[in-house]
Amino acid sequence: MAQSARIRLHRYVVVAVVILAVAAGAAGAIAWRPSMPPIAPPDRASFAETEVARGAALAALGDCAACHTAENGRPYTGGRGIPTPFGIVYATNITPDPATGIGHWSLDAFRRAMRDGIDRAGRHLYPVLPYPHFTRATDDDIAAMYAFLMTRAPVQQKAPANALTFPFNWRPLLAGWNVLFLRPGMWRPDPSKDAEWNHGAYLVEAISHCGACHTPHNLLGAEQGGQALAGGEAEGWYAPPLQAGSPAPVSWNADALATYLRTGFDAGHGAAAGPMAPVTHQLATVPDADVHTIAVYVASLMPSGPTPQAGTPQTAATGLANPAARSVADPQALAIFNGACGACHGADAPMTRAGAPSLALGTAVNAPTSRGVVDMILHGLPWREGHAGPYMPAFSAVLTDAQVAVLATYLRARYSDRPPWQDVEATVQAARRQGGGT
Amino acid sequence: MIKLTVNGQEHAVDAEPDTPLLYVLRNDLGLNGAKFGCGLGQCGACTVIVDGAAVFSCLTPIALLPGRQVTTIEGLGTEDAPGPVQRAFMTEQAAQCGYCIAGMVMRAQALLAHTPDPSEQEIRDGLNPNLCRCGTHMRILAAVRRAASSLRAAAPTKAAAQ
Amino acid sequence: MTAVLSRRSLLAAGGGLLVFVAIPGEPARADDVPLPGSLKGTPLLDAWIRIGPDGVITAFTGKAELGQGLKTALIQVIAEQLDIAPARVTLVTADTARTPNEGFTAGSHSMQDSGTALLNAAAQARLLLVETVATDLGVAAETLTVVDGVVHAPGGATHDYGSLAAKLSLHVRAQPGGGLKDPAAYRVMGTSMPRTDIPAKLTGGAAYVQDMHMPGMLHARAVRQPSAGATLLRVDTDAVARMPGVVKVVRDGSYLAVIAEGEWQAIKAMRTLGASAEWQETATLPVQADAPALIRSLPARDIPVLSWTNPAAPAVKRISARYTRPYQMHGAIGPSCALAVSSDDGVTVWTHTQGVFPLRAALAQLLGLPAEKVRCVHVEGSGCYGHNGADDVAADAALIARAVPGRPVRVQWMREQEHTSEPYGPAMAAEATGALDAEGRIVDWDYGVWSNTHNRRPNVGGLLLQNAALPTPLPVPPPEPIPMPEGGGERNSNPIYALTNARVVSHFVPEMPLRVSAMRALGAYLNVFAIESFMDELAIAAGADPVTFRLRHLTDERGRAVVQAAADSFGWGKPAAREPGHGRGFAFARYKNLGAYCAVALNLSVEHETGRIRLGRVVAAVDSGQPINPDGIRNQIEGAMVQAASWTLYEQVRFDRRHIASTDWSGYPIMRFPAAPESVEVHILPRPGQPFLGTGEAGQGPIAAAIANALHDAVGVRLRDLPLSSERVKAAIGV
Ligand code: FES
Ligand code: FES
Repeated sequence: MAQSARIRLHRYVVVAVVILAVAAGAAGAIAWRPSMPPIAPPDRASFAETEVARGAALAALGDCAACHTAENGRPYTGGRGIPTPFGIVYATNITPDPATGIGHWSLDAFRRAMRDGIDRAGRHLYPVLPYPHFTRATDDDIAAMYAFLMTRAPVQQKAPANALTFPFNWRPLLAGWNVLFLRPGMWRPDPSKDAEWNHGAYLVEAISHCGACHTPHNLLGAEQGGQALAGGEAEGWYAPPLQAGSPAPVSWNADALATYLRTGFDAGHGAAAGPMAPVTHQLATVPDADVHTIAVYVASLMPSGPTPQAGTPQTAATGLANPAARSVADPQALAIFNGACGACHGADAPMTRAGAPSLALGTAVNAPTSRGVVDMILHGLPWREGHAGPYMPAFSAVLTDAQVAVLATYLRARYSDRPPWQDVEATVQAARRQGGGT
Repeated sequence: MIKLTVNGQEHAVDAEPDTPLLYVLRNDLGLNGAKFGCGLGQCGACTVIVDGAAVFSCLTPIALLPGRQVTTIEGLGTEDAPGPVQRAFMTEQAAQCGYCIAGMVMRAQALLAHTPDPSEQEIRDGLNPNLCRCGTHMRILAAVRRAASSLRAAAPTKAAAQ
Repeated sequence: MTAVLSRRSLLAAGGGLLVFVAIPGEPARADDVPLPGSLKGTPLLDAWIRIGPDGVITAFTGKAELGQGLKTALIQVIAEQLDIAPARVTLVTADTARTPNEGFTAGSHSMQDSGTALLNAAAQARLLLVETVATDLGVAAETLTVVDGVVHAPGGATHDYGSLAAKLSLHVRAQPGGGLKDPAAYRVMGTSMPRTDIPAKLTGGAAYVQDMHMPGMLHARAVRQPSAGATLLRVDTDAVARMPGVVKVVRDGSYLAVIAEGEWQAIKAMRTLGASAEWQETATLPVQADAPALIRSLPARDIPVLSWTNPAAPAVKRISARYTRPYQMHGAIGPSCALAVSSDDGVTVWTHTQGVFPLRAALAQLLGLPAEKVRCVHVEGSGCYGHNGADDVAADAALIARAVPGRPVRVQWMREQEHTSEPYGPAMAAEATGALDAEGRIVDWDYGVWSNTHNRRPNVGGLLLQNAALPTPLPVPPPEPIPMPEGGGERNSNPIYALTNARVVSHFVPEMPLRVSAMRALGAYLNVFAIESFMDELAIAAGADPVTFRLRHLTDERGRAVVQAAADSFGWGKPAAREPGHGRGFAFARYKNLGAYCAVALNLSVEHETGRIRLGRVVAAVDSGQPINPDGIRNQIEGAMVQAASWTLYEQVRFDRRHIASTDWSGYPIMRFPAAPESVEVHILPRPGQPFLGTGEAGQGPIAAAIANALHDAVGVRLRDLPLSSERVKAAIGV
């Protein structure tokens, strides 16, 4: 890290701690919360099967597994390290194992964690757990998620201790964070909208917590007020705006979005990548209606425009936003593209001819930042065992930072009519440092 | 003309700069080890090592390579004097048709260079980019484990010799 | 073919690129005692073995190395019987100009056919050599010993094979039996001799047809029809002809290809050509998900397989089940490849086909040449697992080479061509009904299997892929079933169990919604999956342990021994403590009921949240008769099981009504390393002196059923439709 960046970070830490401490002080006694009495792990028979099934769908909509499953680990047993600006927070085991999981948690304790970010023992949880969203969920939905989790096979597995820098490893500071950023209260429908829209809005806000990635965050890791879904980042990946600022060259509509969310791919926009890919794997398992309502709601936030029919030859095969770029392009970039990318993304490549959209339709290449394109080039799209679906090899081993930058710059010029990106090589360096996340 | 360094030897190659390394190795340099399997980065049959990292030569245009070191399986050893990873594959008889094997050896070579004592999971994850259709997986895994231990056994002697 | 991969060695081998040597041999006379193995069709010894005056020993086989270790095993046979060091044998494999015609290398027949022929030919050659010395010295042949090709007489005199061969003709008919060594004295056969081909494959040596280079060689690529029956309407060949390196664009009807100096140039030109081509297409494909049901419902020709009627105790329980498999692909890692050179004398093709002689006939028709004008030389390719693109790419090479006479042309398919143009393993359905008596014995058994043919191997031009694209296609012969006892769709539909009452019918479906042909194990994959799953279902219905239940119905002693050996090695009798989501399964079959016996026991775990299956310990026991190379058998069985585990867990060809959607590995996922079993053990039962039994396809069916049975044991659901994908498992086990 450069010297100046380190100084900046240092100063920022001091400011952050002072703010949190003051807020925590203001919160006073509420910094302390009692522990909840342990219960004996409930029987499956004590839950209605319909409630467990609804809980399964909600857990998938909330993508609990994404964080609460380690690499090569068993689902919901935790252990995955979530990078934050303050260090690494390890997701906990949320199977009903009494010793290492939530086996001793009552519904009340679970509800308090979801609403207030306080664990059964009364300790503050880090807001990597998106309780500022879950706090909007209905009691019934929280109970259903509880029913689902408590009926999983208990697995004994202790999450590693968090690796946070002092003083962020001092949990009472979070009381201050909550004073500043947690806005308690259930989600309220907008009576001017129909039920479908409202259900979608509820899911996005209270369960799926799309804003956790797609909303910009402030220096203390909280979503910025008034900027809901205006674009953010997820484990270093670019998370595009899901509202008026969407850079998608072809407007999303509810059907296309639903297809994308359920399958990880839409012929008019491309494939889900990075941390979004596992989200779509989860959404593939929930009732169509839920995904559709999400799509209706999100599409309503985004700019509307004519939607060309997906996969029309014109967009699929040529899709040249800026044909002139071909002739002016750096010959090295063209060689890289033809030799490394063309076998799939060339206009005459089998994948393109089979209906994969031109890169020109991708959000990443039209985004204000090069980060999405850079992350794709470096990290690709991993295999998903046994599943047919999008895949892309990672090029981090073979392309130097400068070569990635040359290629990204070329893609921007060739496939987008928006202005060139700045400082692409610096973006590449940052993306390489952060690794591929998923 | 593009200058390439392959197995320590310099070559000047008369090929278009977008030509993937795979075709240059096979057709211009007479190195048959890397194989065409998919041309899409999906199978690893074409794996070679560039500056220490395993890469898909089918997706590596030679324009990327001036100033970089390419190693192919031919650079690891010969039938009479095989390298440690090659020898481990021979000992385990880790091939059926063998079409995938050169890629496996190169992937393993790169893996062991930076992870000399890999866990079983690290070996399997490390080999994930490479496909074998004959089902030789168990022998390939055994060969990589064997290569790892023989490399480790040799390492102290090497250190002492230096 | 040996390591003959350069023009120099080709010339050395035959005196020219185009050599058409008459094969020594004459047809067997009808009144002869039948000769063993392929000696039947090719009875003269020198068709199999020749000894030069310099002592160089050359052996010939009409079979091909497919990565199964055939060459090593045959060399072991020859070295053993001739008493020479294995390294001294030069083995020439399938070549229409040089070797016996042994048809296809398929169906785990190679050792039975060619191995047996070479075993006897080598033994008889040794006998003749030794007898020559005995006659010369006037001593009894038994007093002579042979050490590495040198005959030693009691007095110390020695005679080497080279000098003896000059005095003796091997141009004689083989005798039925005679000269064979006592298996107890084997020193090379029965040992795990390292494979002769592996060192070159590990060091970048030219090992495959894909690696052949010839002076003046050009590279070509074909542009395939995008869907079955597509007609080429328009294409801009001029622009492509002007691309760098392009030598020629070939167009003949809807057949389209491009020839270039460089391989990458050919690929780029092919892409451009493909993009400019306009086709007329029709929707000819069925709905993918319904394919097995469609096969079940299409008009069928019913072929009775067996019918047993005996008195039996009354049935107290009757169960039925239906099993299916989807279309699956061979999916060679190396796309098919061939070289061809054309001249006034004819066409020579270097090919990894499984049958050089049938392919020659097919190519001759496609090219409109007499068969003598076509020579097919086998050169090893990537593993093929049946009839894949090997023959069709040979046709590409031959068709394209005509456009550039005198210049060798190399064609390799692109990945999407291999994935979408190879003939697939057929979708199939099977239905079983069984009845149990009060003692838990099977008293009635009814089984039917529905399938297309499993053999569209080209022996006539009409069966080659390109035929449909040419302006005047040759007639396409109707599909035919493969008769039992080998069988196609009905292979292994005849249960090995001693059943009192049983009826088995094969429903042969001529109409082929997708192009299909032989894929490793043929119908045995589904039939063994079905029968061995159903045996488990019956065992559960009978409240019996699955191994005990099988043994209860198994009288074949060797079969019983294999079942017992697998169960013992696995520790079936001492089950571990039950863990949720963990289970074990067992299955057994004798391939075709003629070949090797194979029993499999395994454990696995199921990830409840995703339905993902993790294979644990896999144990197989095998009886292949007397093994020639035990490690080779282990290698083949391991490979068969791991490959078929991939078929079983993941694989199905995807398509819409017009196009194959599985265009690459992302659309046709197969097993990758993280999902390979934790361990695989193969135990070989010693069977000294027993004839060798074909092994390469013995493991596929048993592993599939063992997985399904273990899945049931683990989570209590029975899946009968392949593949046992995580989605299906998850859907079955619920939340
Ligand atoms: S050939 Fe390069 S990855 Fe398959
Ligand atoms: S050994 Fe044949 S593909 Fe791996």
